This record gives sequence, C-alpha cells and structure tokens, in this order.
Amino acid sequence: MANEENQGHNNPAIPGMDVEGEKLASELTADDTIRVSKHNTDKAEIDGSRAERKTSYKVEDFAPLTGREEDWRFTPIKRLAGLHTDALTGTAPVIEVEAPAGVTVETVGREDSRIGSAGIPEDRVAANAWSNFSEATVITVPAEAELEGHIEVAIKGTEMAPAAQHILVETKPFSKAVVVLRHTGSAVVSQNVEFKVGDSSSLTVITLQQWEDDAVHASAQYAALGRDAKFKHVNISLGGKTVRVTPSTRFSAPGAETEMYGLYFVDAGQHIENRLFVAHTVPNCKSRVTYKGALQGRGAHAVWVGDVLIGKEAEGTDTYELNRNLILEDGPRADSVPNLEIETGLIAGAGHASTTGQLDEDHLWYLQARGIPAEEARRLVVRGFLNEIIQQIRIDSLEEQLMDALEAELSISNN
Amino acid sequence: MATLEIKDLHVSVILDDENTKPILKGVNLTINSGEIHAVMGPNGSGKSTLAATIAGHPKYQVDSGEILLDGVDVTEMSVDERARAGLFLAMQYPVEIPGVTMSNFLRSAKTAVAGEAPALRTWTKDVKGAMENLSIDPAFIARNVNEGFSGGEKKRHEILQLELLKPKFGILDETDSGLDVDALKVVSEGVNRAHQANDMGVMLITHYTRILRYIKPDFVHVFVDGKMVEQGGPELADRLEEEGYERYIGKK
Ligand SMILES: Nc1ncnc2c1ncn2[C@@H]1O[C@H](COP(=O)(O)OP(=O)(O)OP(=O)(O)O)[C@@H](O)[C@H]1O
Ligand SMILES: [Mg+2]
Repeated sequence: MANEENQGHNNPAIPGMDVEGEKLASELTADDTIRVSKHNTDKAEIDGSRAERKTSYKVEDFAPLTGREEDWRFTPIKRLAGLHTDALTGTAPVIEVEAPAGVTVETVGREDSRIGSAGIPEDRVAANAWSNFSEATVITVPAEAELEGHIEVAIKGTEMAPAAQHILVETKPFSKAVVVLRHTGSAVVSQNVEFKVGDSSSLTVITLQQWEDDAVHASAQYAALGRDAKFKHVNISLGGKTVRVTPSTRFSAPGAETEMYGLYFVDAGQHIENRLFVAHTVPNCKSRVTYKGALQGRGAHAVWVGDVLIGKEAEGTDTYELNRNLILEDGPRADSVPNLEIETGLIAGAGHASTTGQLDEDHLWYLQARGIPAEEARRLVVRGFLNEIIQQIRIDSLEEQLMDALEAELSISNN
Repeated sequence: MATLEIKDLHVSVILDDENTKPILKGVNLTINSGEIHAVMGPNGSGKSTLAATIAGHPKYQVDSGEILLDGVDVTEMSVDERARAGLFLAMQYPVEIPGVTMSNFLRSAKTAVAGEAPALRTWTKDVKGAMENLSIDPAFIARNVNEGFSGGEKKRHEILQLELLKPKFGILDETDSGLDVDALKVVSEGVNRAHQANDMGVMLITHYTRILRYIKPDFVHVFVDGKMVEQGGPELADRLEEEGYERYIGKK
C-alpha cells in the first residue's frame, strides 16, 4: 500500500518507477470483470458510506466544524477565515465573462429555478455559501452549438471580507463548450459552481486558482451528467493561502464519461486541498481521475482525497483514479487518500494508485551526465512530471502561460 | 590533442551512511585523443565502477588517486561540469525519464555542452541525419527519454548522443551487450564516425571480442578485481577470447 503520505524517503513518484498502486481489475479477475458480492469495504462501515453523507442547501443543517470530521480532518480550520462560521456578506469576487456568440450570460437572483439543478452542498462551508449568495452568474450554451473558442470567466477578488459566490454553467444537448474559470486577486470566498452537462453534450472546464498569497478559497464544483455526456475538469491550483476545491461528478444516465485532472504546486505555508467525488450510480459510465502535485518549502501542505462510489446499479462501470505527489525538498507534507467503494458485482474495471516521493536521483544523474546543470535537470524532470496535466488543457496560449507560471514556481526553490 | 589520465585510482562504493566497499584498487590508464582502448574483464571486476566514477556518479567515492583531463583533476567537478569538459559515458543501463521528450532533452544537452543554443535549422538537420545513420525511427524524437525503449534502442540512443554532443572522450560501458549482429554493426559505425570526426578518444568496456571486429582497438587492457593486470595490442583480445580470464583470476 503506497497510499499514505510519506516524506523524506527517496521514493520516486514518477510513473514507471517503483511504487505503483493496485489495479483491481487486473488483480482480481480473469475475465475483465470484478465480482463483489456485497458491501466489501470495512471503511464504509467505519466512516459511513460516501453515499450516505448529509446534503443540504442550508448551513444550519450542518453542525459547526471541529476539524475532526472525516472531510475536514486535513484542513486547517482556523485558516478558513470565517467561511465556516460567518454570514458571508462580503463583496464576492468580480465576475467578467467573455463568451463566443450564441452563449447566454445572465446574472440572476437566488430564486432562479435553474439554481440547484446540478448540485447540493455536502459540507458546511459550501452550504454557508448557498445560504448567503445574493446573485448567481448563469452561462448557457444552446443545444447543438459547437463554440469557436472558449468561454473565459475572469473571477477577480477585491477584498478580504468573507463572501459567497454562485456560478452555473449549462450545456444543452449536443452542444460542445470549453470554459475557463480564472481566479485571481485577493479574496475570502466560498463558492458553489454547478455544471449541468446535457445529454450528448461535451463540457470542458479549466479552473485556475492563481490567487494572491493571502486568498482563502473554498470551491464546491458539481457536475451532473446527462445521457452520453462528456465532462472534462482540469483543476489547477498555484496561488492562494488556503485553497480547498471539491469537484464531483454525478451520472444521471448511462453512457457518460468524466475525466478529472488536477495539478497543484504548493509553496511554503500554502494549504492546497482537493477532494474528489465520483458517484457511479447508473450503469455503463466511465471515470478517470488524475491529479499531480509538486510541493516545496516549509509548511507546504497538499491534500488529495479521491472518493469513488460504485453503487449497486452501476454495472459496467469503468473507473481509475491516480494521485502522484513530488516533494522537491524537505519540509512539505502531502496527504493522499484514494477511497474506492464498490457495491456491485459486474463492473468493467476499477482501480487506484497513489504515490508520494522525491525527485528520482537517477533521472538527475542521467541528465547531468549529458552536461545539463543540476538546476535545469531538476526543472526538466518536474516539468515533465506536471506536463501530463497541462497537456489536457488544449488551449495553446493558456498552456504556455501555465508553463511560465510553473517555471516561476520552480525558480523559488533553487536549493 | 587531449589526454585522459587515470592515476592510481582507488574507489569505494557507498553502501549506506556508514559503510563503503572498496572496488577499484589502483587503476592506471592514459588515453590520448584518437586512441581506442578496449577494457576487458570478468563480471563484477569493477568496469562499470571505473566508468561511472570518471563521469562522477555520486554513489562512488574516490579514496585516492586522480582523474586528469588535460591535466585538470575532474574529481573535484560536478557531473555536469565533467560532461561539459568533454567526457561522455554511454551507460550500460540508460535511465528512463518520463515526461521529458528526446527532442527537448537533446536540445538541452547540446545547449549545455556547446555553451549556446544550436541554430535551429542545422540542429534539426543534424539530429535527423544522425538518427538516420543509426537506423532510429524519426518518431522516437517525440518519445520520452528511453521510456519503453528496448535494450538495443537504448544503446543506439546512447550513441546518437555521443555523435551529437561530440565529446573529447567517449567511455562506452558494454554498449555491445544485448545487441544483435545488425544493431552491433550500426552502433559500431556510429562510434567509428564519432572517433573519426572528432578525433575522440575511446574507452571501450566489454566482455566479448565480438565488438572488436567492428571497432578496432589500439590497446587492449585486462581488468580484474579492480585494476589493470595486463595490456597489449589487439592480439591480446584474441588470446582472451580463447583462454578467458582464468589465468588472471588465479594470480591475485
Ligand atoms: N551499489 C552497490 N552496492 C554493493 N555492491 C556494489 C554496488 N555497486 C557495485 N557493487 C559491487 O562492485 C563490484 C563491481 O561492480 P561493477 O558493476 O563495477 O562491475 P562490472 O565489471 O561492471 O561488472 P559487469 O561485467 O557485470 O557489468 C561488484 O562486486 C558489485 O557487486
Ligand atoms: Mg558493468
């Protein structure tokens, strides 16, 4: 088992090297099918199944946080700066949307019937935002539209009073869209972001957290997928003091597919947390989760939790989740916890892997033996490690910007 | 004219924080530009240790002796400085590096060794030509360094780098092992080209005389238990082929 944190050991986190997670599908079966007769995880009995977690739009339905809750146990609660306790009355980050022709962008009140069509909070901080937001941004891609270019949503923090924010993106049937959510500036904000992915539509979301150093950000991002829908989520956290993103995918009909990617670069004093949830509750859907992070500096803390639930009805499910952490120097801490709950017999495949390790000395040796200075060798290897995620963006200018941003991150710790 | 001199070199492998184990026990060898020296010895005699120590692998500790490149002791230099000074180690087991493409890697290495980025047009042409000469599929340029390459493909890529980086001295650690006859010819031709084009000095480490049919050594050294025990001309290789190393292993 390589799925717990691990620091200071020379334990390569690069694919193809030592530590590999298990791939249940190939381990357990001869014929591509896992057969599990009943509830099989002890974990479900101890913690309660992920399926049974409380959901509510109202903050008062959730008990005040102590930090001992399963889903908050890695979070420095004090650093939430009131997002879990205060009425969120601050000015929310300013949203500016640039969208190709055909896309509708609206600002609507709380009572709008579309709100809540893709998500419902599962924790107190998200519910607090839901209870407090005053207006929502709703972006709609009409049926059969295939957009030229992407929808750019600039989200600029302007003040540090705790605030609530709500965004909803809907792709109508047979449409195709790419949305970039770009978070910058300074803010203390709890967000609910809903993605309603219509039947046979395809939505790619790139959410960038490039906050200033003081920002506190909790973002519950919910995707609800229709029949044969395709969803791709690329979640990139570079800036901010405390950033906790909880992306989830729920399937409502067969044939849908979700790909969830993540990249984080955690510096000294930063807490970056990603908690994924994929709920396979209908047959024949597919999910892939791939998160990679690099950590450097004292007090840098990354948390990755990947919950995948395969319900009784979810026959033919195909799922794999992966998290890799690369610790660049002494000081950081990475927690990585994959959870796979399987309640059904006939599935196509299910597996997970998690590794946390340092740069592989052999890689550096080889590059240096060809004349490449140590520092540059290190950069090449780290860039290579993270590039797998950057490549998923498929917007050249954005990929370049992020490569530059990573370059800047890497130059912080040239020890 | 360049010279690589190894003088009474004693080296230990670092096993852990407290323990080391002596491997090289007084190696002496001088290689001048343009000379080809074959170093032959039984398994475990320390050939790879010698090669890796010259290149500066951190696992090996120089206890005494010197490695002089044109009179300058390289044991004080970092791994990359040695490579930039003109030493090249073709490794027995090249390392796979996920996420770093051959193209990016080769350009970075060339830039580092030459001290400036190569002109794009000539560089592309050089790389293409060198790959062609070594019968390497052009598609490999987009693949990650050594990742998923077969043993033979890895060896070809070591020689590709040797040809592109143009070192003063090439140290080839069992470049012949794992190659079939065709690949052996292709790889040998690559070494001979680099030798001729750059007046490169060569240390050719091998078990077998097979490769010496294609790369003609000026000197043959017998290496046993951490040191050179005999040297001679090409005829020594033939004798080793017939008699093996037994006579040397006996007289420690
Ligand atoms: N990391 C290590 N730990 C322990 N022993 C080592 C280590 N590296 C090398 N050695 C030992 O040092 C000796 C020399 O090894 P080396 O690899 O240099 O031999 P070689 O002549 O290259 O052998 P081969 O022909 O098999 O390639 C061997 O006895 C080997 O077991
Ligand atoms: Mg060897």
